[in-house]
Amino acid sequence: MNILTLVRQVPDAEARVKINQQTVDLDGTTLVVDGMDEYGVEEALRLRESGAGVEQIIALAIGPKRNEDALRTALAMGVDRAIHVETDEHFDAVTLSKVVAQVAQSENVGLILVGGQEADWDSQALGAASAERLSWPQLTWTNELKLDGDTLTGRHDVDDGNESFRVTLPAVVTTQQGLNEPRYPTLPNIMKAKKKELRKDDAAAYGLQARVRTVGAEIQTRARRNTMIDGKDPQAAAAQLLELLRSEAKVLA
Amino acid sequence: MILIVAEHTAGKLGKATLEMVSAARDSGREGPITVLVLGQNVASVATEAAAVADQVLVADLPGLATYNAETWAAAAAQIAQEGEAHTIIMGGSRSGREYAPRVAVKLDAPYLEDVTSLKGNGAALQGQRYTYLARVTETVEAEGPVVVVTVKPGSFAAAAPAGAAGEQYDVELNLPAPRVEITGKSVEKSSRVALAEADLIVTGGRGVGSPENFTKYVEGLADALGAGVGATRAVVDAGWRPYAEQVGQTGKTVQPGAYIALGVSGAVQHLSGMGKSKNIIAINKDAEAPIFKVADYGIVGDINEIVPALIEASKK
Ligand SMILES: Cc1cc2nc3c(=O)[nH]c(=O)nc-3n(C[C@H](O)[C@H](O)[C@H](O)COP(=O)(O)OP(=O)(O)OC[C@H]3O[C@@H](n4cnc5c(N)ncnc54)[C@H](O)[C@@H]3O)c2cc1C
Repeated sequence: MNILTLVRQVPDAEARVKINQQTVDLDGTTLVVDGMDEYGVEEALRLRESGAGVEQIIALAIGPKRNEDALRTALAMGVDRAIHVETDEHFDAVTLSKVVAQVAQSENVGLILVGGQEADWDSQALGAASAERLSWPQLTWTNELKLDGDTLTGRHDVDDGNESFRVTLPAVVTTQQGLNEPRYPTLPNIMKAKKKELRKDDAAAYGLQARVRTVGAEIQTRARRNTMIDGKDPQAAAAQLLELLRSEAKVLA
Repeated sequence: MILIVAEHTAGKLGKATLEMVSAARDSGREGPITVLVLGQNVASVATEAAAVADQVLVADLPGLATYNAETWAAAAAQIAQEGEAHTIIMGGSRSGREYAPRVAVKLDAPYLEDVTSLKGNGAALQGQRYTYLARVTETVEAEGPVVVVTVKPGSFAAAAPAGAAGEQYDVELNLPAPRVEITGKSVEKSSRVALAEADLIVTGGRGVGSPENFTKYVEGLADALGAGVGATRAVVDAGWRPYAEQVGQTGKTVQPGAYIALGVSGAVQHLSGMGKSKNIIAINKDAEAPIFKVADYGIVGDINEIVPALIEASKK
């Protein structure tokens, strides 16, 4: 059984975003592997290290050339090979799930790991849509995983708390903070990764057609009052704040 | 028809459902607004839904006693197809955003995810959504005989009853057997005003110092002001507070009238969940803390000194 782990390259959380002609312009922005996906890469490696019958771990990225960096990171962390479906067009997650499902089928994949929420588009849909295309079950927002034969057990967050689960592979799992601490690639592993396969696939072969168009983008800034109150005299500061909340912000009666 | 899949817990219709009805009314899409209630022993939910909908479809089945992504998706897709729904609206909750993509794939429909607005634009349906950790608002649009939508909680006003109550109909469903077996569940309940509904929120971060201080200062101030309680991820990860109280990228999104952040640094992931609050008040001992950049009112000071004074003063 092979594990497929999805990676994306996104702006660093602290990076400033700018808009150019109604779209987000990433030119000059520091890009990193989406943290949520990194948990997936790490977890795939850990499942194998725990003795589960995992033959190969394959990293898949779909998107512009810059995603090669995310794949290189995954290879340096320890995945065996990488596939890059290169395209500059922005596809919605439901459309992209077509690629994921086709790759999963052709690569003998039994488990797909994907970040629970994209740090750029904020979508949570890729895992679920891929699962549906494959007719597989899915577990989202997992924070604990164990693989024994083809039985996957673990824990995940739900609307009102969390659940422990058991499911038989194949399945799709979406990952999140708390699942593990992703390892840093070591220098020898970075060197080794350069020799690993990074296959380029032609996006046209997957028959994608974007179904959701982005027609505008705006940076949301809200002018804030930034009224600072000196905290040296706590009683006076407290009284002043409450007064402002009553009279100026009008949030207290 | 416009099909809305109801969110409900413990026999009560969730506010999210009323918000979805508003989204449906805003959308300019034609046809009756239909609410689908999935569950077991949901008669009271159906009655509540009937007050705001043109019609209510009720699937009261043992197989729907607990939520499951595959079952919910199958149910929503079947009803959408049989009723020839052109717009299917689900909640932007964890579960909603988990099964809605499956509905979109089943119906071969485009998916507008987690929108904060919804309107018709010719043949297309247009919505806005927050991206890049809620720093950008994007307008997205999809065309199709059928469009699937999830609605971000708290973005629409709760719909008021319109005219006569809608008719209720029982529906039959052909449900798949769930493949995920749930072996245990822990429900996290915050005893406070639900965050999504609170107009005033007091949130504690790691700077509050300890679980005991959290109770004393954060809950203490929330009680004095009649506010809901929120927490940062750092506090939740440390096990001081339940996940139900987490605000941020991977927690809840809130937009109260006022948000009081105590000992919160203001990391982007936290801001993405509370940055749309009408007023932000920050108390932090570090004058350089990023939270002050988004604050309307800030006090540079120690929680241990300022908060007791605030609790005291607010009782006057
Ligand atoms: C993928 C991802 C998702 C995330 N999702 C979320 C999320 O949903 N929500 C979230 O909150 N975070 C989230 N985070 C974590 C986020 O990056 C921060 O780590 C977290 O918000 C920090 O919490 P904090 O402000 O409580 O703690 P800290 O960053 O430790 O800040 C504590 C603050 O308290 C102040 N302080 C200390 N002592 C006192 C005192 N006595 N009086 C006054 N002030 C004091 C300090 O000056 C400091 O500013 C996420 C991170 C990642 C990578």
